[in-house]
Amino acid sequence: MSRILSVSGRGVPLRGNDIDTDRIIPARFLRCVTFDGLGEHAFADDRKQLTAAGKTHTFDDARFVGGEVLVVGGNFGCGSSREHAPQALQKWGIKAVVGVSFSEIFFGNTVAMGMPCVRLPQADIEAVQAAIEADPRIQVTVDIEHLEVRWNGGKKAGATMPEGARKQFLTGQWDATGELIEGIGQVRITSAKLPYVAGFAG
Amino acid sequence: MLVSAARVGTLPRLTRGHMSKGTLFDKVWDTHTVRTLPSGQTQLFIGLHLIHEVTSPQAFAMLRERKLSVPFPERTVATVDHIVPTESQARPYADGLAEEMMLAIERNCREFGVRLFEPGSGKQGVVHIIAPEQGLTQPGMTVACGDSHTATHGAFGAIAFGIGTSQVRDVLATQTLSMSRLKVRRIQVDGQLKPGVYAKDVILHVLRKLTAKGGVGFAYEFAGSCIDAMSMEERMTICNMAIEGGARCGYVNPDDTTFAYLKGREYAPKAAAWEQAVAWWRSMASDADATFDDVKCFAAGDIEPTVTWGISPDHGIGVQESIPAKDTFASDEWQTIEEAYQYMDLRPGQAIAGVAIDVAFIGSCTNGRISDLREAAKVITAHGGQVSKRVKAFIVPGSEAVKVAAEAEGLDKIFTAHGFEWRNAGCSMCLAMNPDKLQGRQVSASSSNRNFKGRQGSPSGRTLLMSPAMVALAALEGKVCDVREVLAKKAKA
Ligand code: SF4
Repeated sequence: MSRILSVSGRGVPLRGNDIDTDRIIPARFLRCVTFDGLGEHAFADDRKQLTAAGKTHTFDDARFVGGEVLVVGGNFGCGSSREHAPQALQKWGIKAVVGVSFSEIFFGNTVAMGMPCVRLPQADIEAVQAAIEADPRIQVTVDIEHLEVRWNGGKKAGATMPEGARKQFLTGQWDATGELIEGIGQVRITSAKLPYVAGFAG
Repeated sequence: MLVSAARVGTLPRLTRGHMSKGTLFDKVWDTHTVRTLPSGQTQLFIGLHLIHEVTSPQAFAMLRERKLSVPFPERTVATVDHIVPTESQARPYADGLAEEMMLAIERNCREFGVRLFEPGSGKQGVVHIIAPEQGLTQPGMTVACGDSHTATHGAFGAIAFGIGTSQVRDVLATQTLSMSRLKVRRIQVDGQLKPGVYAKDVILHVLRKLTAKGGVGFAYEFAGSCIDAMSMEERMTICNMAIEGGARCGYVNPDDTTFAYLKGREYAPKAAAWEQAVAWWRSMASDADATFDDVKCFAAGDIEPTVTWGISPDHGIGVQESIPAKDTFASDEWQTIEEAYQYMDLRPGQAIAGVAIDVAFIGSCTNGRISDLREAAKVITAHGGQVSKRVKAFIVPGSEAVKVAAEAEGLDKIFTAHGFEWRNAGCSMCLAMNPDKLQGRQVSASSSNRNFKGRQGSPSGRTLLMSPAMVALAALEGKVCDVREVLAKKAKA
């Protein structure tokens, strides 16, 4: 399993709070048995609506296509637990997300997928978004080891991330399955102590 | 017996900078902890794993890819709900993609030895309705499902949370998850609800006050005399929407109401095991001197029939109120509020009562249970009229068992006689992954849980969330109305 210490790439600024997983990937694209091909449908309805209104969604904006660090507002990924949402972002090309805050299930999904999400205060988020909009070619670095986000050469801001998730990225244990399987002996011991597992027959 | 703080009339204690102690959450967490992982997270045993056709196929594919087996197949139960059509259920389904998903879950369950409640079995339905109904969901358990509304099962005093597909794989492969402990916020609702005010209104009110992200990092313990007096079905409605407040799970301490509901259900303990079970369940409830990371109190008497006007479940207002001005919200919400005015085509100051609707939907894991259908039928009978000509109204029982029960009581006859369609069990238009969808800019009055943009199948469709009784009335009147008016008229007559 690979360790993830930091992610660098061009930025993708996406403004707005409470962007839910139904918007990231509308339910009709969930009629599938694999995650393949979800990338092209990321934000499908938002993109279509903006196009119809003569505007351009960030994911259609030539300046940001190819970007790898998504920069978002608060409560990003709220709503449905569908892993299809972060999968769609990852398949579109996103490798890390910087935001004011994330919904918990969304965050858990991104850890399991090896796509780190870190938090920055609102003012810093706005500064990063403005910097990317001013020059989409700048590099944005999400440094998990030193818990900071750097952009535009010299600028940086202290980031936060739950310590457990951070350790998973730093040690390469973000894909938990292997580690959970190692504990299977103890799993059996714990389950045997739970009265309902034996049907309260004890 | 343990007496909860609420019952003895004292306020629960707050921890000062510590984690909660003596709560049901902590007890369940501790008894299910396998070990602490090197990351500091907990390897947590999952007592009941529920799966459905949408978020499980990729998880099974990952098992195959990694050559993993399912060590505790008896602790996973599967059903199909999201894609199941609610009109004709003849196979193969008209939608080839839906058929492919059905075939996948059938094959996966066969191959890995997982029980599947299929259509026609009498046990199929929305995953969060069937597990309690069958007695699978029990107090003191951990429950996980690849679905955010897993919080519903917390009504039984279980710690139940939604997970993603990679985590579904982990539970299948190990019956455990890697999780971080949550803080516990007690939400205490005391007093009596006014007539015409339902559990749905309570949770919409709480969401409005605590916001859609206020619960991030918390488990919500719902308590207080109002919650104590509620039926299990009402408690399920409340816990169901804890997730809309950002809380990963919500729960109610188990009590005699819980045990009475479970007694005699197919998968509930029987005979001698029953007494043992009740004793253990009681011991798992929060202690009288439990401490909480946070406490929020509400008076039941302040709660009005509530309707959402915007694009987030915390955009609720009393049915007699007007669309709120932007500056009544925190400034970081303003952009969302502007977006909501525009998307919903409503302006601040406009009354919510009288807003016209095109579609009325009663169903979902929030409000698709028998008591919800009874309340809807009561309003329809009290009103006496027909579904408005401009409205398409349909009622979708949450499970095959709810359908049978409703028909035994003759509720279906009441619905159809007044112009409502009566369907088969499924998620239906809650998220519209099946043929039930809004068209274009249609406005729906819906008893479900999410009013997100595009949620009900049309990218520009609009959703007003409310109680099933309020949806029934909106269907008859063709617009949002105060259910108390028809209930009062009935009382006078
Ligand atoms: S009824 Fe709605 S919220 Fe509940 S499980 Fe089905 S789609 Fe999800």
